[in-house]
Amino acid sequence: MSSSGSAALRAVVLAAATVLAVAGTAGAQEKTLPHQPGITLAPQPFGIGRPVTADELKGWDIAVRPDGHGLPPGKGSVKEGEALYQERCAACHGEFGEGKDRWPALIGGSGKLTDDDPKKGVGNYWPFATTLFDYIRRAMPFGNAQSLTDAEVYAITAYVLHLNDVLKEDAVLDRETLVKIKLPNADNFVPDPRPDIHATLCMKDCKEKVEIQSEAKKIDVTPEDERGRKKPGME
Amino acid sequence: MMSAEDRARHDDGDNRTRRFDRRRFLTAGAGAAGAAAVALSGRAARAEKAGPPEVPDWTKQLGPGVGDRPYGTPSPFEKNTVRRTVDWLTASKESSVSFTPIAEQLGIITPSGLHFERHHAGRAEIDPKQHRLVMHGLVEREMIFTVEDIRRFPAVSVVRFIECPANGGMEWRGAQLERCQYVRGMISCSEWTGVPLRTLLRETGLKSTATWMLAEGADAAAMTRSIPIQKVLDDAMVCYGQNGEAIRPEQGYPLRLLLPGWEGNVSVKWLRRLEFGDQPWHTREETSKYTDLMPDGKAREFTWFMEANSVVTFPSPERPFEGKGFYEMTGFAWSGMGKIKRVDVTIDGGRNWTTARLHEPVFTKALTRWSIPFRWNGEPLLVMSRAQDETDYVQPSIAELRKVRGVNSIYHNNSMLTWHVKASGEVENVQLR
Repeated sequence: MSSSGSAALRAVVLAAATVLAVAGTAGAQEKTLPHQPGITLAPQPFGIGRPVTADELKGWDIAVRPDGHGLPPGKGSVKEGEALYQERCAACHGEFGEGKDRWPALIGGSGKLTDDDPKKGVGNYWPFATTLFDYIRRAMPFGNAQSLTDAEVYAITAYVLHLNDVLKEDAVLDRETLVKIKLPNADNFVPDPRPDIHATLCMKDCKEKVEIQSEAKKIDVTPEDERGRKKPGME
Repeated sequence: MMSAEDRARHDDGDNRTRRFDRRRFLTAGAGAAGAAAVALSGRAARAEKAGPPEVPDWTKQLGPGVGDRPYGTPSPFEKNTVRRTVDWLTASKESSVSFTPIAEQLGIITPSGLHFERHHAGRAEIDPKQHRLVMHGLVEREMIFTVEDIRRFPAVSVVRFIECPANGGMEWRGAQLERCQYVRGMISCSEWTGVPLRTLLRETGLKSTATWMLAEGADAAAMTRSIPIQKVLDDAMVCYGQNGEAIRPEQGYPLRLLLPGWEGNVSVKWLRRLEFGDQPWHTREETSKYTDLMPDGKAREFTWFMEANSVVTFPSPERPFEGKGFYEMTGFAWSGMGKIKRVDVTIDGGRNWTTARLHEPVFTKALTRWSIPFRWNGEPLLVMSRAQDETDYVQPSIAELRKVRGVNSIYHNNSMLTWHVKASGEVENVQLR
């Protein structure tokens, strides 16, 4: 989607959204489809479902945005976070956030994002600190999700930011201080410019020479398959 | 058997191409004769005990009666057509991927039990009676629906692919895995049944300030992605049906989001919540993952749509040639931007190309089957397929992709694969310079 096309589409859709909003209000007129007499598009609701209560929403409405929308009250310090981190997180992410085995590293290390196969940590890659809070609260610890209190999530968030040299060791995080954090790589995210490759439909004599550059067989990392690799179809 | 007209239907009309076509690929009559010859020689060589004049057991004895298998299963002789994993790819099976055996897929619909899996915290096992979908935020009426409620709305069914944007992601630096399944198997195509989000929004209304929607799963990853409202109102669906039955647990039972043509991760499974807002949430999946790092250190974000792609499923590493003679080369093509318009095939590493026949039906944003008749004389080949979609976008080579995007971007590698057919008929995954 080109950016100009996207802008045009957006204008159309915003108009559509307005229509929907209007159509959703009570007392709007019913409309008959032009070529299907008798079938009406009811502009009012079907009357399916029911209003959700504030209490129901409270348990599920856990998403946090970079502007702070959704951040709960409470606070936690780097110090509190260190103890929690070592107990609940370090087994997979490593004592210093370096990542164990194939579990995700949380720190990017000293390398650059322009290196070959760079490490993408919170401090050197992630654009927003609020994402860290949101993700820990919804999905961590892995296998025991949504078991931490909001204060514990603030504390672990603070400690992981400390491991990434974003927060000092005496820092305390709450919703005011978390929103103000600007991560170093925030400005390095760009919109999708695709289609960015413009291949042609050449049909004849398209190349002077054809040369094999790499062969999967030489890498030899394909899983051995006891079910027989040659003929996975019929026996 | 296809006619010359069929074959030429998607041809660009270049006479030199037609000459090439006649020389290397087959006309209809020769193809039929060749196929018969291969069938006869194959049968004679194997001398099966149950073949004529013997009368096999299954002709003499009663088989199991109806209801023997209340839910049917494939023939035991097809036991190798299964999803497979690459264990070294990920730290755990719960946050990992299994691949569709795409080389064995015979039509455009992927059997539900073979649909690739990508879980971030394992397969959620959900009681549909207790499952709920909540819609709230910038809507006129914040509402909650049961699964039964969702099934009461006017429904639609569409055939659409779902593809992980990491499909082919292990092959940025070079050919690495020796199986079609592993290098293109993070794609599947199903008939999806459900309710357009437009219809659900009639129930809740939508405030004019709403420009984004957050979709959230009920799994232990509570998967979240931000979706622009344009897509929501265009063709987004909340689905409960897959290939005529309830969505499989691996694909999000009892409810999943479907965003046709977009990277699979946004079609959130086990859907429990839709929140409407005026800006994206920048969730973990759309920032630290599913962003495409470029050689200059910048990262592309919100790279949603899947560009045109294709695969040769026969011949392929798991389906080699077994002797000289007639074969129909075949495969799939697809595009997240619309319908497939054309597929070209080369046997000489991209020097010369011939247009394949597209099989009906050709749906938008769906797997499209193609084939081309071929007689193999035992010579080594470098086989590739090249898709073009209705926007005229042409599938690139890996060299063309690397030139612009480097090798660190992980996602959206839609480059042509190259199969090296050896004189033995075996097929290897290679990349060309």
